[in-house]
Amino acid sequence: MKRSWITFTRVIKSGFVNFFRNLSLALPAIAVMTVTLFISLFLYIANITFSNTINQISNKINITVYLSDKTTTRQLNDFENNLRNFPNVKKVEYISKDEALAIYKTENAGNQNLLNAVDETSNPLPASINITPFDINKIQDIKNFINQKQYLALQDSQLGTSYSGDRKQAIDRIAKATKVLREAGLIGIGVFALVSALIIFNTLRMAIFNRKDEITIMRLLGAKPWFIRGPFVVEASFYGVISALISIGVIKIMFSIFSSALEASSLGLLNIGYASRYFNQYIWLILLAQIVLGFSLGALFSIIATARYLKLRTSK
Amino acid sequence: MILLDRVSKIYNRKATALERINLHIEPKEFVIVVGQSGAGKTTLLRLLTREEKPTSGKIVVGGIDYDKLKDKDIPLLRRKIGVVFQDFKLLPNRTVFENVAFALEIVGMGNKEIQNTVPKVLDIVNLKNKANNMPYELSGGERQRVAIARAIVRQPKILIADEPTGNLDPKFAWDVIKVLEKINKFGTTVLLTTHNQEIVNKLKRRVVVIENGKIVSDRTNASYRL
Repeated sequence: MKRSWITFTRVIKSGFVNFFRNLSLALPAIAVMTVTLFISLFLYIANITFSNTINQISNKINITVYLSDKTTTRQLNDFENNLRNFPNVKKVEYISKDEALAIYKTENAGNQNLLNAVDETSNPLPASINITPFDINKIQDIKNFINQKQYLALQDSQLGTSYSGDRKQAIDRIAKATKVLREAGLIGIGVFALVSALIIFNTLRMAIFNRKDEITIMRLLGAKPWFIRGPFVVEASFYGVISALISIGVIKIMFSIFSSALEASSLGLLNIGYASRYFNQYIWLILLAQIVLGFSLGALFSIIATARYLKLRTSK
Repeated sequence: MILLDRVSKIYNRKATALERINLHIEPKEFVIVVGQSGAGKTTLLRLLTREEKPTSGKIVVGGIDYDKLKDKDIPLLRRKIGVVFQDFKLLPNRTVFENVAFALEIVGMGNKEIQNTVPKVLDIVNLKNKANNMPYELSGGERQRVAIARAIVRQPKILIADEPTGNLDPKFAWDVIKVLEKINKFGTTVLLTTHNQEIVNKLKRRVVVIENGKIVSDRTNASYRL
């Protein structure tokens, strides 16, 4: 027990000693790992921010309540008046069945088939109420109000309430674009991860190749494989940890520069203010994840890279 | 101590390195193996350190039968044999002290014991004052003595020296040979390969001559002419 503890501490210690004695070999490996971790983190935050933006856009909408044909004028007036007096409601607009039909007809003026379909039956379009809120980010109260039992009864049971209004098409288009972008992003991240893994592995392999004589000597002196490999693994894991710290540091600095310059403003679809808040809120978790990732990359790749020099099998 | 029984090593159809070698070395002997470059000296030593396996024949060193040796036990075998190489094979990023200490760290010796043992061994090879130097700061002869210190620090029963003077000036070469003699006097079996005629003739020890992979002479207190 004591002997293996001595060996363990020795392996750790010589890993760190090697790190400082081989700084020139360590730097390229650290550089490559830093870039990889940095880009991964950047992509991750960009993705989170992007999703957030989409959510925000889909909330920036007006509300259309489709009414059941059975609704009486009295019920309608009551509903309309209550809505008008509700806080955060800017405008309430009633569109009758006839008006709806007229709008439909003008919108589909070129399509005779559709027009015939509407004419043949009695008017199938429901009357509706359009509500425009003052603050688009606070429509939850209005939703709750509309969804009270007595008002729910007035609504068209099939169509219910739409929270998209005129912007529905735009939102649908954005949602579609987002999906494509996300999928493309995932593929991109996958390819990037693969390529950077190969580069990191190769860099570590070069660093170890440079010291293959050392490994041979240790073997000839009767060192067991893990006694030789251990310090390399410690060293490479340490590269990973350093890289994680650097990449977090760089992103932290970038945010503090951009956030003060662009104070919560939106740059197209990337809301830097949100990204910055997210980063600062989860910084410890992100730090931990990065360190674990860097550590495991270093450890795993150095184990693989040392394997070929540690084969004890003697040539026949 | 060392027994080779009809050992052959054939690399391929055209390259036979060793052919039916029979060699028996008693404990505490000092044996010099001589021969031209390519005669098979190094192959012989590589078989003893298990860097290579013989094509046929039996090898027993220090009671270990190589036929029964598992790959994972090779490190344990190598810890029992001290080896000195022509090119020193020192760890370049470690001081003299650390190079010698490494041999002890491998076997899990405690730090205190290492601190005590290493200076004594450096004293034997006259390098006590260079303990904190890096290998590149030393002369060839000094480096080779570090390598010897490393080889003997675990007090092996057998010391194998593969042309330890091959890269050295004659003056330094003798320092190295003297150290080997000293170690032999302490009771370690020494197996030395060389093609330095002067050293062989001055030492007056058992001399084994290898030519084209075969032992052509094996005499005690012998001299040798190239």
